[in-house]
Amino acid sequence: MASEEMEQLVRREYTQGFVTDIESDTMPPGLDENTIAFISKKKGEPEWMLEWRLKAYHQWLKMTSPSWAHLDYPPIDYQAISYYSAPKKDEDRPQSLDEVDPKLLETYEKLGIPLHERAALAGVAVDAVFDSVSVTTTFKDKLAEAGVIFCSISEAIRDYPELIKQYLGSVVPAADNYFAALNSAVFTDGSFVFVPEGVTCPMELSTYFRINAANTGQFERTLIICEKQAQVSYLEGCTAPQRDENQLHAAVVELVALEDAYIKYSTVQNWYPGDEDGKGGIYNFVTKRGDCRGDRSRISWTQVETGSAITWKYPSCVLRGRDSIGEFYSVAVTNGRQQADTGTKMIHIGEGTRSSIISKGISAGRSNQSYRGLVKIGPRAKGARNFTQCDSLLIGDQCGAHTFPYQEIGNSSATVEHEATTSKIGEDQLFYCQSRGISEEDAVSMIVNGFCKDVFQELPMEFAVEAEALLNVTLEGAVG
Amino acid sequence: MLEVKDLHVTVEGKEILKGLSLTIQPGEVHAIMGPNGAGKSTLSAVIAGKDGYEVTSGTITFEGKDVLEMDIEERACAGLLLGFQYPVEIPGVKNIYLLKAALNAQRAARGEDEMPAPDFMKLVREKIKFMKMDSSFLQRAVNEGFSGGEKKRNEILQMLLLQPKLAMLDEIDSGLDIDAMKVVADGVNSLRDANRAILMVTHYQRLLDHIVPDVVHVLVDGRIVKTGGKELALELESRGYEWVLEESAA
Ligand SMILES: Nc1ncnc2c1ncn2[C@@H]1O[C@H](COP(=O)(O)OP(=O)(O)OP(=O)(O)O)[C@@H](O)[C@H]1O
Ligand SMILES: [Mg+2]
Repeated sequence: MASEEMEQLVRREYTQGFVTDIESDTMPPGLDENTIAFISKKKGEPEWMLEWRLKAYHQWLKMTSPSWAHLDYPPIDYQAISYYSAPKKDEDRPQSLDEVDPKLLETYEKLGIPLHERAALAGVAVDAVFDSVSVTTTFKDKLAEAGVIFCSISEAIRDYPELIKQYLGSVVPAADNYFAALNSAVFTDGSFVFVPEGVTCPMELSTYFRINAANTGQFERTLIICEKQAQVSYLEGCTAPQRDENQLHAAVVELVALEDAYIKYSTVQNWYPGDEDGKGGIYNFVTKRGDCRGDRSRISWTQVETGSAITWKYPSCVLRGRDSIGEFYSVAVTNGRQQADTGTKMIHIGEGTRSSIISKGISAGRSNQSYRGLVKIGPRAKGARNFTQCDSLLIGDQCGAHTFPYQEIGNSSATVEHEATTSKIGEDQLFYCQSRGISEEDAVSMIVNGFCKDVFQELPMEFAVEAEALLNVTLEGAVG
Repeated sequence: MLEVKDLHVTVEGKEILKGLSLTIQPGEVHAIMGPNGAGKSTLSAVIAGKDGYEVTSGTITFEGKDVLEMDIEERACAGLLLGFQYPVEIPGVKNIYLLKAALNAQRAARGEDEMPAPDFMKLVREKIKFMKMDSSFLQRAVNEGFSGGEKKRNEILQMLLLQPKLAMLDEIDSGLDIDAMKVVADGVNSLRDANRAILMVTHYQRLLDHIVPDVVHVLVDGRIVKTGGKELALELESRGYEWVLEESAA
């Protein structure tokens, strides 16, 4: 098959681009101490939280934006961004779906997220973020019965200050990196999960993030804590409407797993990638880190990344506890002019810690993708083990895939294995399928899904189906 | 049913088929033999629609339709099916999934509904048993880690399921042990009926002992230089290709 045909095959329109017309209570663009005070006040935060934010802000002022990633984008004007936006009537927020703005429900409908159905059918508790404020939280009672706290981070700051003081910033310190510092100063919402000792969260927790108001950056902050022997599976899914202005997104996610705890964090990310020339997409600069603080604890990141104009993201695990386990399973698809620099960091500190990394990158169109993985074995990490497998699949001949594995081994008893492959989508494979009667488009999706299988099987069931569908949409396009 | 007329095919600027003609009637089994590099695989690949071959002149028609105008999958759905000399591996895609997708794609092309899952399973079990393959092959990734002989059996398994009108088998006998040869031949023979035809490429008489051809062609340097009955294969086996060349040159 000729390469232009290949290109056509993977070109597609963003199907989830539309803007819902809900009046926003938006602050004028700009960032200074007053902005931060406004956000903090708007959220009804205590004084110590404002101080925490301001401290982060002052640290951020002294930092510069990282330049080492394999990305190319114009400098971001942080004074041109609006840092607060909430649907109106913040005070009397809806208590149930019936009270939710029908327009919002319609938006979810268009996105293929029939909230009520999905929640009821799949037994998923949904904390939906529309712009920066949680709109609806369901299944709270059932969770409360089990002793699980699942609420917005703003509520948590008001209602569980001790937990917040203890854990917020304990995994990703405010000064960790440029975007984390910015987030710490201006975050407006996100989720908080606390699973107490010995409790397995009775349902999968899910949040859908959307970015809607024009010119608004969104800065979520998510904190998940599992006490001893507690378990939780958290699902995060994202889509955004089509627009012209590049939008900055700088989230921070912190996970804390104590002894024998298990946190599984899955993401399907499908933000607007920009048009064919890369105009108008989302900039996604995320800091995600899990701390396996307790012995035998386990943190597992699974991600399917198909959106954004620019992605800069390295979900990481700090393996502090003895025999703790970190896992990273990733599928990243880039198309058009998307750029992604993603990967993971596994920091082995404790004895007998293990980590595995499976990364599948698919590049199509003129996109560029880099895998950047750090495996660091500290001096005390006796017998630590890592296995990394990093495969890239190229569709067409104008895209790129790069692999940057970094290893720092400070203990000679550690075993670190790395396997990497790069292949072009096999014309022979395509011909084989097509010569059985399968259309080109179905054949591509079949081969790509096969390529991603190791990762998809790590996703919760209903998410796996969604991810496959998303992949098909992403790579779908005009055969002929 | 298949008519190839004066076919000229070029690969990367080099002419491989140089005016090849061939007619196959329903119910017939044709064998094509010939030295390495003569263009045998090229012929079946061009009929199946593989990219990279330029047809500079000549025609291919199948049941009155212009094959060269059809997409690869259209050809398959019309009943032209190629059994590969070297079947490719497709990691992560279950064999049964490929079978199901192929069968349903072909049914859709005929305007039929998808085959209900229980019926499909029943059919597959029957066919895989016929091919004396373990059912675990259904759950494995397509051809991945299959031995040479297992790959060939898998090709025939697909044929049994898809029931092509014209099955083209490129060196289906290579890499088969004696028992497997028998199983593969039984599979192919079960496809034989008055409405179907088979085109086999082979180097050895051994296969033709099991699948007895009606017509044998000798393909040398891009042309069919001699055509005969099944006894021609025996003669080639004992005398080689030299005499055919001399005869055709004369
Ligand atoms: N992609 C290609 N590029 C260059 N030459 C090619 C290509 N494909 C086929 N050829 C050449 O075309 C000629 C015919 O090849 P073909 O595979 O059809 O032969 P064959 O008759 O099937 O031989 P064998 O008996 O060895 O299988 C060979 O000389 C081969 O090298
Ligand atoms: Mg050949």
